Amino acid sequence: MLKVLLLASLAVLASSALLLLKRIVAGPTLPDRVVAIDLMGILIVGFVVVGAAATGSYYFLDIAIVIALISFVGTVAYARYVEMGGAEQE
Amino acid sequence: MIDIVGGVLVLNGALLALLAAVGVLRLPDVFTRMQSSTKASTLGLGCLLGGLVLLHPSTEFVIRAASIAAFIMLTVPVSAHVIARAAARTGAPLWIGTTVDERPIEESEDSGRTL
Repeated sequence: MLKVLLLASLAVLASSALLLLKRIVAGPTLPDRVVAIDLMGILIVGFVVVGAAATGSYYFLDIAIVIALISFVGTVAYARYVEMGGAEQE
Repeated sequence: MIDIVGGVLVLNGALLALLAAVGVLRLPDVFTRMQSSTKASTLGLGCLLGGLVLLHPSTEFVIRAASIAAFIMLTVPVSAHVIARAAARTGAPLWIGTTVDERPIEESEDSGRTL
């Protein structure tokens, strides 16, 4: 029962990552893509947390902490890039 | 019994993450998308970590889950604010049904471009 629930939540997380990928590809402006990439980082942390719940090993959670840190720094860097003009769009 | 409750909480968190993704895909402009993304993802990750702690109630898990939750809840609003400011400065298009636009009409070039 628990295994089924964890597998179902992994499937739900994977489908939401697919939806986000569609937004990253289609996003009309650069800030749209940055928002989607930011949410993708949080989704990856969610994947790792479900993996830790399924295997019962807490080493996964250290990896989740590191991914959350790097995702935040990356988002701030992307926002700075957007603010400085991006790739001279339009 | 506690296993089932924890598993349902984890599935609930995953469904909230799906809600955030659907919002990012379906909402009309970048500011509303950011609204959906930050709210639903913060609550979703909180539910995931709560379910994890219910499934494995030991010190190692609780400390790490609490630090992840605290870090996410501190940084998600900050990064959303930074992206929103960048989008507003570069003139991202608003939804056609927006009624109030409080951005200044003519923002001068040297109006504090410091991060």
